Amino acid sequence: MTYTMTVSPDFSPDYIAGWYIFNTWLQKKTGDGIHLELYDSFDLQRKDIIDDKIDIIFANPYEAAMLIREKGFLAIAAPADKPDEAVICVKDDSDIQSVEDLKENCTIAMADDPQVNSVGMIMLEPADLSVKNITIEKQKNYVLVAKNLINESADAGFFLLDAYDDMSKFVKSQIRPIITSQISVIRHIFLVGPKLSNKAEDIRGLLNDMHNEDKGLKILQSLGFESWENQTQEDSEFMLDLIDTLSG
Amino acid sequence: MTKVQINYHDGSQSEKTLTDEEIPFPEGKLIVSRTDIDGIITHCNQAFVEMSGFEMGELTGKPHHILRHPDMPSAAFKDLWDTVKNQGKKWRGYVKNLRKDGSFYWVYAVVVPNVRDGKTVGFASIRRKPSRTKIKELTEIYKDMLAEEKKA
Repeated sequence: MTYTMTVSPDFSPDYIAGWYIFNTWLQKKTGDGIHLELYDSFDLQRKDIIDDKIDIIFANPYEAAMLIREKGFLAIAAPADKPDEAVICVKDDSDIQSVEDLKENCTIAMADDPQVNSVGMIMLEPADLSVKNITIEKQKNYVLVAKNLINESADAGFFLLDAYDDMSKFVKSQIRPIITSQISVIRHIFLVGPKLSNKAEDIRGLLNDMHNEDKGLKILQSLGFESWENQTQEDSEFMLDLIDTLSG
Repeated sequence: MTKVQINYHDGSQSEKTLTDEEIPFPEGKLIVSRTDIDGIITHCNQAFVEMSGFEMGELTGKPHHILRHPDMPSAAFKDLWDTVKNQGKKWRGYVKNLRKDGSFYWVYAVVVPNVRDGKTVGFASIRRKPSRTKIKELTEIYKDMLAEEKKA
């Protein structure tokens, strides 16, 4: 039987090759055929999840709610010490020093990342800002968000902290972070669907041991982290409760 | 400094010394805690420990009302418990919390029931930095509510 694996569309393009190599590694270790399907938008990926076309996923925390609570996916692992944090930046020479300096009707640039945007909006609350009194500039990726700041077509922009860290020195020299979230428990998680429930514990063991073999460690590094950490169903349920408090 | 006696909804009381010092909410952080079904703290994060002024060991196993500031009207907490425990819904509100040393901090709190296999097993409270405009509004509202409660 061949299964379908996918990865949250918000991963950095630098890691595309890494995910293909990871897929090959997982096929060898499990002995199962696994097809890697990558999407460039959350909407397209969500449609295939709803249609039960996905069996294995490295999911954005925001998508995990549907996967676990509606689709019966099981949490397996999460990258160790790599929480999803958001950062709000402004143009380097902007007068804005803190969130409270942002005023009603300001323009906020953001990419298509529901989790980052949710945390970003929460960090704007102390300035009495919400979707009702700001203008949102939606962009396809974080480079375009940075461009909005640099050409002054947005007052501030939301970034995934990892995406901000990965930006070139040239771009980073022109933008300035004003606040970074420190939530710690919200992170991408690796999940398997109901068709793989009988293999879930084997896959958990494989991922938890992956960094102990040289080849495994190199693959992990090509994905941007050093090891997987066990993610229990309760860890995930609590993360989803927490996400629930951040929405609406 | 002012000494006050706080009466909790479970009938217990404690005497606290209050100060006028407000501790600012830590930028970018969330204060997270979980309680069992009776409101006894089971888990809390480092931001909770730092902001409350208590040690971790002084918090777990204690009722969540250990943080209750006497400027908060009882009706606010009654509404919280009615919403999350009796109706099983999410509660949101602005809360003035008391620190161990008698100073205080304001939060915007969201409390949700932790539902596992269809059963509520506890509650999670997530607090974030509040808007100063809202704090100003709520300070007056809570003052009026407290005055009404004292009259009754």
